[in-house]
Amino acid sequence: MKTQDLTKTTHPVIRFLINNAVPILFIVLVAFAIPLSGFSGEYLFREMVTRVSRNSFLVLSLLIPVIAGMGMNFGIVLGAMAGEIGLIFITDWEIVGMPGLLLAMIISTPIAALLGYFAGKILNKAKGREMATGLMLGFFMNGVYQLVVLYSMGKIIPIGNNNILLPRGFGIRNAINLEGVRQVLDNLLSFDIFGIGIPIANFIAIGLLCLFIVWFRRTKLGQDMRTVGQSMEVARASGIDVEKTRLISIVISTILACYGQIIFLQNIGTMNTYNSHEQVGTFAIAALLIGGASVARATIPNVFVGVILFHMVFVVSPRAGKELIGQAQLGEHFRVFVSYGIIAISLALYAWRKQMEKQNLRRQAQAINREALKIQQGSTIGGKES
Amino acid sequence: MVERIQKIVNNVGLPRIIIGLFLLFLLASAPFVGVRIDTSLNDIILRLAMNGILVLSLVPMVKSGCGLNFGLQLGVISGLLGAVISLELNTTGFGGFFLAIGLAIIFATVFGFLYGILLNRVKGEEMVVATYVGFSSVAFMCIWWLILPFKSQDMIWAYGGAGLRTTISVENYWYDALNNFLSFKIGSHITIPTGGLLFFALLCFLVWVFFRTKIGSAMIAVGSNPEFARSCGVNVNRMRLVSVILSTIIAAIGIIMYQQSFGFIQLYMAPLYMAFPAVAALLLGGASVNKVSLKNVIIGVFLFQGILTMTPSIINNLIKSDMSEAIRIIISNGLIVYALTRSSGVRQS
Repeated sequence: MKTQDLTKTTHPVIRFLINNAVPILFIVLVAFAIPLSGFSGEYLFREMVTRVSRNSFLVLSLLIPVIAGMGMNFGIVLGAMAGEIGLIFITDWEIVGMPGLLLAMIISTPIAALLGYFAGKILNKAKGREMATGLMLGFFMNGVYQLVVLYSMGKIIPIGNNNILLPRGFGIRNAINLEGVRQVLDNLLSFDIFGIGIPIANFIAIGLLCLFIVWFRRTKLGQDMRTVGQSMEVARASGIDVEKTRLISIVISTILACYGQIIFLQNIGTMNTYNSHEQVGTFAIAALLIGGASVARATIPNVFVGVILFHMVFVVSPRAGKELIGQAQLGEHFRVFVSYGIIAISLALYAWRKQMEKQNLRRQAQAINREALKIQQGSTIGGKES
Repeated sequence: MVERIQKIVNNVGLPRIIIGLFLLFLLASAPFVGVRIDTSLNDIILRLAMNGILVLSLVPMVKSGCGLNFGLQLGVISGLLGAVISLELNTTGFGGFFLAIGLAIIFATVFGFLYGILLNRVKGEEMVVATYVGFSSVAFMCIWWLILPFKSQDMIWAYGGAGLRTTISVENYWYDALNNFLSFKIGSHITIPTGGLLFFALLCFLVWVFFRTKIGSAMIAVGSNPEFARSCGVNVNRMRLVSVILSTIIAAIGIIMYQQSFGFIQLYMAPLYMAFPAVAALLLGGASVNKVSLKNVIIGVFLFQGILTMTPSIINNLIKSDMSEAIRIIISNGLIVYALTRSSGVRQS
């Protein structure tokens, strides 16, 4: 693995503090904001249980492309769209409960795989700027999604249920009530601890995904991905099909994101047809980065630390803003600022470090050249003397 | 023959050809669905003056190799600050307009300086960093729009008494101040906003002159080959910094021009996605991530705004449903995705 150190000091405590600056900063922030907000511990705990069970799957879906060196996969938005299309269909067919949820996943898997394949193909053409391209691809596909859902559904794609169609006869309504599958996964297996319902089935799904990721890293494919992530040239020289490996990492990530979005939406219970997916990428990536991940390295603990901290800020900041300045709006803006700002800062730090490494390499090379030159000169001078 | 066509397609770019054909189709079908060409033309000319400077603002950064300025919002924010302060000081007409620009330039210089220093640290990753710097600065300013101590009754919320409104009308201040200057009518439906067009032309000319000065050509050298520029004794980082400041300043002027034409100042989250249409217009005009000319700016704005004005009216009439929003999203973001994949291919070969 690449070293992650931001500092050259050898003092272990300072090293730890600097290398984990982002999570520590947020812990301090949250520590100040919680008393200000006046929320009870029980309320916050309940919120966190819900939010961790709801969002972790989506954030976990980001991990595999990081291994392959493709950075934060902004293209998970595409997976989220696929999941939403699945949900639209099962709502139309009025298939409820767990079968409905599973069917939604089954329908959306091939769509997600296809979109992931498309995204992977494009990202392979944009090596070195995967993140910018993935981001724009998300915006682009949003237009295509609108074209499909708002204009072809009910016209070209048969949709019979008038509850989800717009009054004009085609196109899906802005908000869909997911009554049939609302919290079916959460309630499948849940028991109370101190009166707080713990959605066990959700956590089992998340746990299984974690196991899958741990296992996947050890497979041949996972090892190949790691090699590709470290150096494409080395990987190519050792006979790995770089393009294919990168493509697979994006396809897996997109499919996982699709399941993640379905889990997310079954918990929320309603779907904003045209907005639910828009912020998925930004929020998931911000959470992962707040958890201490970087563009080159992201681990499972990063995911959980990140989701808890990010959502703590999310829950607490409007109230804290209201108590502090008297305007809840302020906290609202603050958390939007935090999610964008943290991405900006993390990406900038990463790029800066990469640039420094490059400069150091160049300097080292120059120094070696100089040394070589000196030795050469020395030997020629020495040659004259003898 | 097939080879020649392929070569042309490669040179011009497939998306550009598709969009060009689409625009031709729109123009051709206009008379059949009862859309007046002259009103459309009027809109396009007005929008050229309105959006041209924002697109022009991207040029210095592309020239110096900083890529497409997805952090355009920083310039926009400077412009917004200038505009609201000029309203607060109750200045009207030309005076107010140019006061807003003057103030905006000061803010833009400061923001551009900091932004440029940051971009110099993240060479190679400018675009994605810039995007999120832009987004976060918009969100950051949302906080300030709420708590800055503005007093003007035209700008703050009527009931709450604190914080600026989301949209502020400039009607009583400097609405169309420049557009009405020497404006004249052609026929009954076309009004030429002479002042606006002249101002746009003036800025284009200034940029053109700038890139013929010593410092301008040094900037171009930095953009086309930084190693070579460095060996010639050019300070690469300083040239990039200057280009970023310049881009930010022009963007600040651009947004004030936009407001002057549009009639409203839009605060809070309104500037969030402002960079993308401007970038898309530039790309449609034939620019790429590392190559641009003023010709690209003018052609790009003309084509892009042409599509934006023609699509709603014509598509609505043709298929009786408003698909223009989806088409706009697909066109502008598709162009950007295409450009990002293209340039990397060039760099690899």
